[in-house]
Amino acid sequence: MSAAEEGLRDTDLDDGRLHEFLTRSWESRKGLIGWFSAVDHKVIGRRYIVTALFFLVLGGLAAVAMRLQLSRAENTLLGPDLYNQVFSMHGTTMLFLFAVPVMEAVAVYLVPLMVGTRSIAFPRLNAFSYYVFLLGGLMMWIAFALNTGAEAGWFSYVPLAGPEFSPGKRTDFWAQMITFTEVAALAVAVTVAVTVLKHRAPGMTLSRIPLFVWSELITSFVVMFAMPAVMIASTMLILDRLVATHFFNPAEGGDALLWQHLFWFFGHPEVYIIFLPATGMVSAILPAFSRRPVFGYPAIVLALMGNGFLAFGLWVHHMFATGLPQLGSSFFTASSMMIAIPSGIQIFCWIATLWLGRPVYKTPLLFILGFIVIFVIGGLTGVMAAAVPIDAQIHDTYFIVAHFHYVLIGGSVFPLIAAFYYWYPKVTGRMMSERLGRWNFALAFIAFNAAFFPMHILGLQGMPRRVYTYPLEAGWEGMNLFVSLSSVAFGLSFALLGWNMIRSYRYGEIAGPNPWNAGTLEWATSSPPPPYNFARIPVIDHREPLWSGHGAPAGEVTGLRADMREILITTPGEAAPDLREPSAADSIWPFLASLAVGATFLGSIFTPWAVVWGAAPVAITLIGWFWPKGAPEDE
Amino acid sequence: MEGRFKIDLEHLDTAGFGSRSPITWGTYTFILLETTGFAMAVGSYFYLQSRNSEWPLGAVAPGLWPGSIITLIMLASVVPNHFIKGFARDKRVTAVRLGLLLMSATGVVLLGLRALEFFELNVRWDSNAYGSIVWLILGLHTAHLLTDVADTLVLTALMFTRHGKKKRRLADVEDNGVYWDFVVWSWLPIYAVIYWVPRW
Repeated sequence: MSAAEEGLRDTDLDDGRLHEFLTRSWESRKGLIGWFSAVDHKVIGRRYIVTALFFLVLGGLAAVAMRLQLSRAENTLLGPDLYNQVFSMHGTTMLFLFAVPVMEAVAVYLVPLMVGTRSIAFPRLNAFSYYVFLLGGLMMWIAFALNTGAEAGWFSYVPLAGPEFSPGKRTDFWAQMITFTEVAALAVAVTVAVTVLKHRAPGMTLSRIPLFVWSELITSFVVMFAMPAVMIASTMLILDRLVATHFFNPAEGGDALLWQHLFWFFGHPEVYIIFLPATGMVSAILPAFSRRPVFGYPAIVLALMGNGFLAFGLWVHHMFATGLPQLGSSFFTASSMMIAIPSGIQIFCWIATLWLGRPVYKTPLLFILGFIVIFVIGGLTGVMAAAVPIDAQIHDTYFIVAHFHYVLIGGSVFPLIAAFYYWYPKVTGRMMSERLGRWNFALAFIAFNAAFFPMHILGLQGMPRRVYTYPLEAGWEGMNLFVSLSSVAFGLSFALLGWNMIRSYRYGEIAGPNPWNAGTLEWATSSPPPPYNFARIPVIDHREPLWSGHGAPAGEVTGLRADMREILITTPGEAAPDLREPSAADSIWPFLASLAVGATFLGSIFTPWAVVWGAAPVAITLIGWFWPKGAPEDE
Repeated sequence: MEGRFKIDLEHLDTAGFGSRSPITWGTYTFILLETTGFAMAVGSYFYLQSRNSEWPLGAVAPGLWPGSIITLIMLASVVPNHFIKGFARDKRVTAVRLGLLLMSATGVVLLGLRALEFFELNVRWDSNAYGSIVWLILGLHTAHLLTDVADTLVLTALMFTRHGKKKRRLADVEDNGVYWDFVVWSWLPIYAVIYWVPRW
């Protein structure tokens, strides 16, 4: 205590001096080493989002390549070998390198602002996770450029992905990419969960946590229970391939379905890891444009929990075609249909919010309306596919491709684009163009449906998925050409989004702190927020602190240090002030640790001994990370 | 921003133990996700057992002695570990230092015994699926053991420097103790699975 007592407090500083001191304490350092040392959650969050969007472009280009190949019957543009790689890279990229990271990235940026704190919990772990994610994604795409891309689908079923049918290093790169991205995702889940539990502004009791923050908290726990399954599975796969274990080899007592169980025990919750944050975005954006608080807050929180819980009881519905016992199939049909209940509760709450409000139809709201329409269609085909007799007919056809693109793009990407339009002014300080935004929405909505709705029909006509071509006599060519043209148009809607973001960064209208007159705390600070987020930590007494009649948070905290990074720790339930703790200073060591870990993972693709000789650099960089170096934050 | 009430928090502590500390919550969340990993590995063991009429597959059950001695030492280590956490809370730095030396020595002995344990499994990882899953589970626990022993050694060294007297470092000692408890308690079901299920 004694050293801390001597520090400079914010209590008697005027606003100008306070800004000066806090900026000096919290600003990231300049220069190349400074760039790699940054731990500010806004800096890391922005990098995470930009990187995930970069992978979205790569995954999208892979999709366009597939559609060009499928636009004509018996096309020879991509051969079967390259097509296998392209569709595997598309799915793997979209799920592991875009969807999960971008949803976590938005949390990394926004959650600390929304709960009214200066920093995310464990900021160095957060920075480490970003570099591990970046290295894993680059590794996989560089391997693809060297004709060593994933080739057995994003799910890498054995025996197709096993040593016998996938010789060479392609699937090894896929399996290690899983290790990279899951380490990153788990690390972010920990930082977000602890931020929500321990960093909330005084007065933000459980029933005042913004719904987006609730959704990210619950998602973090889903990540913690789901991701270890795929890490164990991909470890078994790479061991089968590299050191001749027999987990999936039936000749030596192994079992191929073990892979599917472990993969889908992760893979189904994965859908909710992507979807729940999107619902949180909807619950955050809708009230701002309906001009009223969201309808049914407790019901939505319980529905989020219900979704998170039930997500773990569905995985076998991906395996109905594997010949499971009938009782098992019936159980998983019932549980699959049951999850429509919490999803439905959320949708009814949103409709009621719109109904009772005075909607202002700006671009973010348009994308949310698009989300509701598309997601409901995807949900309905999901209920159909949950019935075993229907599933047996449509399994492995384009009907399923249509279904999950309706759910994933409708359920996650549309809310995400709404979120980009909504929070872009907070991140950059400028508004995106509303006129371009409306064109963006119109093109995206029409082109999406034109591209994916006909796939239902193609599937019902029997067109199988995961094939690189189809015979002319099948009669699917016309509709495939239409789908391909529409998917190019859908791709153009993203180009429009990108253009709007780039153009607005320079020429957009200046936003001010709260351009939408929204109610949550991220709008209480300037746009973009200063490195320290809030000059004085707010005290709140309302779920929408900026709508509570004061026009600003009800009160503020004094007594925090201004000459070093200090944050306020509160209790998990009532958010009562409990500790003033230092927050980690910038450090190059998390970046170096990620290089050491990355080199070890990469080396282990080629020799198991890499784990042994990689241990030394990993240990050294971790010790460098944790060893106190005399900064006031270390003490 | 004017006209609003202020609460002054100058009096708050700058470090706390147990559930007051975010680090402890971080440790708990890691324990949660690592428990899930163990559960998946153990679940896979029973799944593979259910797929085979013979178990253990083409091997005799693992030899009992190194694993059982490890179990006894681990259980015994919970006692000093408990006291060290208490010493840390009471800021008894010398007692913490001595306790950590004891825990470091215990950890190194356990790692040595663990190496012997692999030789007593009576099956290689590449013999069959039974060998593969047994090696995976033991390897997974060994990774945790190794990590925590390394962490304990570094922390012990740190406690003998000038940083050792800081309250935050003492909170780190407590967290390291919490994680050690996890390494011990997670071992008990794994010990039962590896050594006693094949003898069932």
